[in-house]
Amino acid sequence: MAKDTIEKPGWRTLPLGDVLPAGTAHEFKTGDWRSFRPVHDAAKCTNCLICWIYCPDSSVLVEAGSFKGFDLDHCKGCGICAAVCPPKVTAIAMIDEREARKGAQ
Amino acid sequence: MAAIKVAKTGNEAMAEAMRQINPDVVAAYPITPATEVVQIFSQFVADGAVDTEFIAVESEHSAMSATMGAAAAGSRAMTVTSSQGLALMYEMLYIAAALRLPIVLPEVNRALSAPINIHCDHSDTMGARDAGWIQIFSENSQEAYDNILQAMKISEHPDILLPSMVTTDGFIISHCMETMFFLDDATVKNYVGPYKPHASLLNLAEPHSLGALDLQDYYFEHRMQLAEAMRRAKDRIVEVGLDFGRRFGRSYGLFETYRMEDAEVAMILLGSTAGTTKMVVDVLRREGRKVGLIKLRVFRPFPFAELAREFGRVKAVAVMDRSDGLTSFGGPLFDHVRSTLYDLERRPKTVNYIYGLGGRDITLEDLRSIFVRLQDIAAGGPIDPLITYQGVRA
Ligand code: SF4
Ligand code: SF4
Repeated sequence: MAKDTIEKPGWRTLPLGDVLPAGTAHEFKTGDWRSFRPVHDAAKCTNCLICWIYCPDSSVLVEAGSFKGFDLDHCKGCGICAAVCPPKVTAIAMIDEREARKGAQ
Repeated sequence: MAAIKVAKTGNEAMAEAMRQINPDVVAAYPITPATEVVQIFSQFVADGAVDTEFIAVESEHSAMSATMGAAAAGSRAMTVTSSQGLALMYEMLYIAAALRLPIVLPEVNRALSAPINIHCDHSDTMGARDAGWIQIFSENSQEAYDNILQAMKISEHPDILLPSMVTTDGFIISHCMETMFFLDDATVKNYVGPYKPHASLLNLAEPHSLGALDLQDYYFEHRMQLAEAMRRAKDRIVEVGLDFGRRFGRSYGLFETYRMEDAEVAMILLGSTAGTTKMVVDVLRREGRKVGLIKLRVFRPFPFAELAREFGRVKAVAVMDRSDGLTSFGGPLFDHVRSTLYDLERRPKTVNYIYGLGGRDITLEDLRSIFVRLQDIAAGGPIDPLITYQGVRA
């Protein structure tokens, strides 16, 4: 058996009727098919948190009432946060994900 | 415990069982011949005779969806339907079973369209036979009432957690009045007991999600759990049926045998035709013919091993299907019984009768002629035709 194989429960031990603990989606990293990445400019941001309200994937992270960053493990790069950031502020830019990854290497 | 003697129709009996169960939620849509059950029950709601939240929905698809939602939220939830209504629930029936929501569904057997027909046959229930629901048939109003109460104890048991449909035959039972006994309210309340859901979406102390995507690596295991629960349900049904007898004087099993002790030929069937057939059996017995009847009560789970034991001494069997699978090989009960008999040392000859479609009457004379034919087969006569459409005009 390969080392990375997870021991999966059989029918005798599997929770009954497809009942799962809540919030397991958090453990499933779904951010890897993103083609655009949001980039935040803290100097422009007014902390209105409209982006946090609109993000459909709960990927705008907020701490103590202030914008903290993006959860790139789950962000899909949809660009909604950039679109809703007020026109006078435009604190979020969407950049090409491949370029962003190249830059990170 | 007081037994209350009443004259009731099948629909009235089912509605009364529901009133006494007092479910938390009922979501239902009217459909002939089950309409009355919903109507009588909604009157109970309007009169404050129950604590039930009644949801009037726009279709049976919604009825079953809302009932499932209520059950998933941790409440005791019921709905009622028939025929096209059950067909419209099809998608939801499978989900209710797989999510292990122990919903009890009083259901009145009626033919499926087309042509449109409101009378009894078993096509609707047979269409749902592989959905993971326990299926219990009733011979009369008394059985319908008793079966609904027992279904609560079967479905809600932590080892089972499968939904049940309890059926009557449209108009023949649903609209015919007969003498029967109700239990008193306190007795039913105590018998059914409080409901403890195995998981509740409203339980904020243990948040969980229900019905997540289940692909190649888990779906099979969840289906196996269902198969296992259905297998276990057989013992539970017997246990509950015996206990019901001890408490209230009417015992139930997976099927009822009628004069089978020394029977050489036998009929097996479901539902109201059993009453007529018992009478024919009595007449033929007086003529010295060794005939018997098996009234199958539980179609799902199918009691194959238990049935096989009953057929060991029989030489010829007529399997009576009140629905046609349109398989070119007879009805669903025929499939099951013939397969059940296959491993017997002394295997009886088996013929199939499709009868009573769309409410077509089956007469004493029809039943008598089938028994007479069985005796001929037992004596070496031909089994051709294997499948007979009893009473159809050529
Ligand atoms: S919407 Fe723009 S300004 Fe408002 S918190 Fe988000 S990034 Fe900052
Ligand atoms: S790009 Fe879309 S998913 Fe990512 S943080 Fe912005 S709104 Fe959320």
